[in-house]
Amino acid sequence: MAAADDVKQLRELFGTNVLETVEFRGEQTLRVELGALHEVLAKCRNELGYEMLLDVSSLDHFGDDPRFEVVYEIATVDDSKRLRVKAMVAEDGSAPSVTDLWAGADWHEREVYDMMGIPFAGHPNLKRILMWEGYPFFPLRKDFPLAGRPSEMPDVAFTGVAPLEGGPFVTCAGGEDTVRREPRARVLE
Amino acid sequence: MAMRDQVEKRRRQAVGRRGHGFFHKRLERIGRAVESPAHRKRPMASPTTTTLHTAYDSKIEGNVIVTRVDAAINWMRKNSLWPMPMGLACCAIELMATASSRFDISRFGMEVMRFSPRQADVLIVSGTVTYKMALAVKRIWDQMPEPKWCVAMGACASSGGMYRSYAVLQGIDRLIPVDVYISGCPPRPEALIEGLMKLQKKIEGEESTMAQKKVFFEDRS
Repeated sequence: MAAADDVKQLRELFGTNVLETVEFRGEQTLRVELGALHEVLAKCRNELGYEMLLDVSSLDHFGDDPRFEVVYEIATVDDSKRLRVKAMVAEDGSAPSVTDLWAGADWHEREVYDMMGIPFAGHPNLKRILMWEGYPFFPLRKDFPLAGRPSEMPDVAFTGVAPLEGGPFVTCAGGEDTVRREPRARVLE
Repeated sequence: MAMRDQVEKRRRQAVGRRGHGFFHKRLERIGRAVESPAHRKRPMASPTTTTLHTAYDSKIEGNVIVTRVDAAINWMRKNSLWPMPMGLACCAIELMATASSRFDISRFGMEVMRFSPRQADVLIVSGTVTYKMALAVKRIWDQMPEPKWCVAMGACASSGGMYRSYAVLQGIDRLIPVDVYISGCPPRPEALIEGLMKLQKKIEGEESTMAQKKVFFEDRS
């Protein structure tokens, strides 16, 4: 059974909780209500054969409400089908942890929490994974500057502001010549 | 007992003979260079009876060097730099290549990579220093005994490199003093070797004893 059939089945099963389904170049994406997210993923894991969680990532739609979005990439072990499940999370809300479905979700969710500041309800050990305990910011949020902000944790770590020298430097993949292609400080249109 | 004495006596004689002949040959060679051509034409009937111009003691000749303490100490230090490899990123791969047979820093007496900072002389910071790692690097530097030197290898260790980011320390010189910066991303082993040779040059010019005893001398005067 292909992923498209699974999407159809999930749509019938969860009704209005499935907000949108998108097929793009053979990739199936499912947008669901946050409340039904865990249920949908449990169905995928336990009955549809998606035994592998490839990644958990997050987006910051700064200025929108709800602000954040979590994205789950799941696949069968033989990689015969793949599915992407998305759900919106409010700024003061939290996403349900899927560590009970995939043990591998543990570190993925910690990373999302560390970088974006989305808490996962039911996570067994939700603490920072890349930055240190006590670092006050969530660096992948849109309102966090690329250069960083100063912080200080005595005897643990400190951070400073990186000089950007007119940057951030942007690469233009389709530039006409090397000068236009190489990373330079430029204003994005 | 008697036999052992005999053996010892013979050994001493042998050493004495060899030593005597050796030094006289050397002196003869040195002598020739300054002698006039006419003098050289003289038949060398018995070279061992050449008269010498100074009081010469064959027992100590060759065992005495006249130099400054600083020069001697610096010479010893620069030729046995024990690196503390602080491999943090891809530069560490080049560092490993430098240490292995093709490039071989044992030619400079630096092959003894010490993974204990207590035994190391030169900290080679090779790679991106993240803020999370920065204080660990500082701690290792603090644990190294004096005299010690620091080499910032590659763009990241020197200036943060391409990582203008919230997570990366913008140059290890913000935490510890750096003696030599090596450009490159990552630098080739030749560049690292040149950097270390620059460090040797720097050590040659140090006034180590004077600097160390400065407070002592100031107190005495």
